[in-house]
Amino acid sequence: MAENQSSVVSAKNLGLTFQTNDGPVNALTGVNLDVRKGDFVSFIGPSGCGKTTFLRVIADLERATEGQILVNGTTPEDARKNRSYGYVFQAAALYPWRTIEKNIALPLEIMGYSKDEQKKRIEHTLSLVNLSGFGKKYPWQLSGGMQQRASIARALAFDADLLLMDEPFGALDEIVRDHLNQQLLELWARTNKTICFVTHSIPEAVYLSTKIVVMSPRPGRVTDVIESTLPKERPLDIRETPEFLAIAHRVREGLKAGHSYDD
Amino acid sequence: MKTLRTKVWPVLAVLVVIIAAWYAAALLMNRTIAVEEAARKGEVLTTQEMWLKSYRLDKPLLPAPHQIVTEIWNSTATMSITSKRSLVYHAWITLSATLLGFALGTVLGIALAVGIVHNRAMDKSMMPWVIASQTIPIMAIAPMLIVVLNAIGISGLLPKALISTYLSFFPVVVGMVKGLRSPEILQLDLMHTYNASRTDVFWKLRFPAAIPFLFASLKVGIAISLIGAIVGELPTGAVAGLGARLLSGSYYGQTIQIWAALFVSSIVAGLLVFIVGGVERLVYRMMGARPEATA
Ligand SMILES: Nc1ncnc2c1ncn2[C@@H]1O[C@H](COP(=O)(O)OP(=O)(O)OP(=O)(O)O)[C@@H](O)[C@H]1O
Ligand SMILES: [Mg+2]
Repeated sequence: MAENQSSVVSAKNLGLTFQTNDGPVNALTGVNLDVRKGDFVSFIGPSGCGKTTFLRVIADLERATEGQILVNGTTPEDARKNRSYGYVFQAAALYPWRTIEKNIALPLEIMGYSKDEQKKRIEHTLSLVNLSGFGKKYPWQLSGGMQQRASIARALAFDADLLLMDEPFGALDEIVRDHLNQQLLELWARTNKTICFVTHSIPEAVYLSTKIVVMSPRPGRVTDVIESTLPKERPLDIRETPEFLAIAHRVREGLKAGHSYDD
Repeated sequence: MKTLRTKVWPVLAVLVVIIAAWYAAALLMNRTIAVEEAARKGEVLTTQEMWLKSYRLDKPLLPAPHQIVTEIWNSTATMSITSKRSLVYHAWITLSATLLGFALGTVLGIALAVGIVHNRAMDKSMMPWVIASQTIPIMAIAPMLIVVLNAIGISGLLPKALISTYLSFFPVVVGMVKGLRSPEILQLDLMHTYNASRTDVFWKLRFPAAIPFLFASLKVGIAISLIGAIVGELPTGAVAGLGARLLSGSYYGQTIQIWAALFVSSIVAGLLVFIVGGVERLVYRMMGARPEATA
């Protein structure tokens, strides 16, 4: 178990089959993966390849049906009960009857932070996602991108070392996305959190990650794990360097290989 | 100005049509009584006299609107509200039973819904009984309940209120079960990731999400609470309350009195629903709903 000491997520031969009315759906099979402390891991692959399902298994929102998985060296259930991760869903899922700051306060209330502490953290996380001054607004008064940022702030508000993000920027335009990517990298460098990040965008995956997990569907499985050779310091124009393009190329090849399985 | 055009005018137009039709119907229905009454005195009426008389009978088959309005005016504005003939007095008697029954029904309805949503056994067993309770005609339940309660020494306000409760808890249970189950999976998953307790999930998610369902139920509930209270006054031959006025009116063929009591009860019902709607808008505003969503 010594190797698991700094291993935040470790999956061994993990599989998950959903029992549905139309018969079993094999969402994940034979997944082996080791996410180490401080890693920024991106999951990329075509729709339906099990990216969301894998994140949900880590979060104890689904149970694996085969193999085993450890989160922070414990079962996902214990990890959840220790409140050791923050989850950013594909949709913002803000509560419409709460203002933005009250939405961010939601986990803090539940976890029993004092009022003063709540206030400090709300202010801090709002500025992290560039939403200072919007705390008193209701979700419907914000654009979709701002709502998504608020939901990220909500996941950052409490002290979880692991951040699970399911296509958080999927619905945003390119410019906002670039900006948020940069902010996310800064945040990651500053806080030393471990991040699992689902995306459909190759440039996004390569730009952000220390490790890129390429997946393919039917059944969902990992086809390639690419360790990034890019430095930790990443200005936006790093995306034009040959090194960057080489990694992007390898991801694209991995995705293609997964697709040809279909034909 | 816009509300005047889009809301008030259509209502007024319909009102005018109804009143016109009413006068026509009153004439048709009361004509023969007027003619016979005159014939008994050996008079023969001209057409004009017959018209006038049809609208002035003491016990018409169908009172004309102005007769009802006059009766309401005479039995409210021109009379002390403590008088046994004041409709305000009778309305208050019924209203107090309505409000008590409504409050009890709301509490009972919410409590049952909370149980049904949180307890598997209750979920499986309660709903059929709740629905069955409403298939029994209230006119059959009311006399039994009132007689039984009277026999054990409970009379007056409470038995009537319990009939209101019996009617009004139903929409509240149905609405609240739906409302408490209305949060999306994603919103529930979020709570799960925080390892939130059931109490937290209830107060921070399920209950606020159920508020719109609750108010829809309350509007139905308050109106049928009034019906319940009136029905509760019928079988005992109560001496006070709108139901008592209906009853004594029908004993003595006082159609004008019956219609006046009916009008007052529908005015009270309208006011109650209006008040619940006002509270609803207030609560929505406090919960930060979009302005147009509160309409
Ligand atoms: N609750 C469920 N019940 C049954 N099948 C499910 C369930 N959730 C997911 N699946 C199936 O599992 C497979 C993987 O789904 P998943 O949502 O993990 O894909 P994904 O990679 O996140 O796709 P996308 O990129 O479109 O979000 C799909 O075939 C899906 O139909
Ligand atoms: Mg997904």
